[in-house]
Amino acid sequence: MIAPLVLLALFIGGWELYTRVSDVDAFILPAPHEVAQSLYDDRSLLLSNLSVTAQEVGLGIVLALLVGVLLAFALHLSPPLRRAAYPLLVSSQAVPFVILAPLLVFWFGFSVFAKLAIVVIVCFFPVVVTTLDALRNVDPELLKLMRTLDASRWQTLRMVEAPAALPAALSGAKIAVAVAVIGAVFAEYTGSEKGLGHLLLTSTPQLETARAWAATVVLALFAVALFSALGVAQRVLVPWTRKDRT
Amino acid sequence: MHVDGGVQLTRIHRAFGPVTALADLSLSVAPREVVAVVGPSGCGKSTLLEIVCGLQRPDAGTCETAPAVLMPQRDSLLPWLSAIDNAALARRVAGDNREAARAKARPLFAHFGLDGFESARTDELSGGMRQRVAFLRTLLSGKPVLCLDEPFGALDAITRGEMQAWLSDALAEEPRTVLLVTHDVEEACVLADRVCVMSPRPGRIVAELDVALERPRRATDPAVVALRERALEALR
Repeated sequence: MIAPLVLLALFIGGWELYTRVSDVDAFILPAPHEVAQSLYDDRSLLLSNLSVTAQEVGLGIVLALLVGVLLAFALHLSPPLRRAAYPLLVSSQAVPFVILAPLLVFWFGFSVFAKLAIVVIVCFFPVVVTTLDALRNVDPELLKLMRTLDASRWQTLRMVEAPAALPAALSGAKIAVAVAVIGAVFAEYTGSEKGLGHLLLTSTPQLETARAWAATVVLALFAVALFSALGVAQRVLVPWTRKDRT
Repeated sequence: MHVDGGVQLTRIHRAFGPVTALADLSLSVAPREVVAVVGPSGCGKSTLLEIVCGLQRPDAGTCETAPAVLMPQRDSLLPWLSAIDNAALARRVAGDNREAARAKARPLFAHFGLDGFESARTDELSGGMRQRVAFLRTLLSGKPVLCLDEPFGALDAITRGEMQAWLSDALAEEPRTVLLVTHDVEEACVLADRVCVMSPRPGRIVAELDVALERPRRATDPAVVALRERALEALR
């Protein structure tokens, strides 16, 4: 607990020092105390915009987890489908979402669905890959055991493969958290009326750089909170994977 | 031959690519007989059990057997289930709901030295206890033939001795047809009615020794020791 705080203090101290000794303009890089001031002054503005972005990211991650896990199971159960669809999935990640965003806005307008779609598109991939890998790497001894007990394909899936793959799906979601926040911010850039991304976009031309940085700090804190929440979910949902148990 | 709780293997042949695992192997196990198969590592013992359990098909020869269940080499407990739910897995697969499955496992837990460990996580169990749970799971499948693949191979010598006595008692109370594969000749002599010695690959039965000794037996009984020597002689 001490180490990250020390590192953070050093980082903020260095930043503060830099803004004082250099002649960098406050419109380009505000000092930490100005950002802190904005965090306090604009707190209701930041919070109301955070709730919009948080919904997009939170719902998006849950949807990505669902889509990713279902897709992984489908690919696992059907090798022809896996061979056909896997290259497409990989290539889908090479498509810059800049090029998709206008289309999504065209389809869904400025509604939450356009943002959700972008978050899901950037997030489902790590979930699919980690889950599918886990499904394919289930201990063959366990599969043998289920066969010798005359288990059906469905029973093996439900009683062995699904619980064995669940930890990997959650790890995939943890990886997805970072890109989810970027995805939501970008989605708000392309077309929105509210959200932290929208606030970022509008603060900069208004020369409210401290507010833009404050929004960034809130985004970063939110990502950390989400990551921790998934850590808690892991402890609750897949307690058998914890190594530190006595 | 029609098998009623027994196993009849006739001239089994099984190869994996260029490697012949089993060649011309014949073996019969009478209902409620305990037969131990001993042999050097890699002689095809596990393949033999998988053929009996229907997990593999022989390339040639016939395998006639009553329904057989495999207890795999490692205990293969599911870490997301409690001890009792692991034992009850066989009943869940057979279609019982959770409570009915547990109700069938519970008396066995009490009876076979696992009392009080019903809700334990698998990593809280000792090696010997894990094997007991795995054995109860195998028993609860309800199949008349049990195929045990090196059931105590991963245990230390003291625990292994205890578990052999435990298994001997358990089979006295719940008699089954048992095909036990082991590389431990002593274990075979303590537990089995008959010891079959397998040759190195390609595996086949090269000697059969009847163990006409009273139970419970101890590894140090002179008759067991003498038998062990004969089996070891056959292995050479």
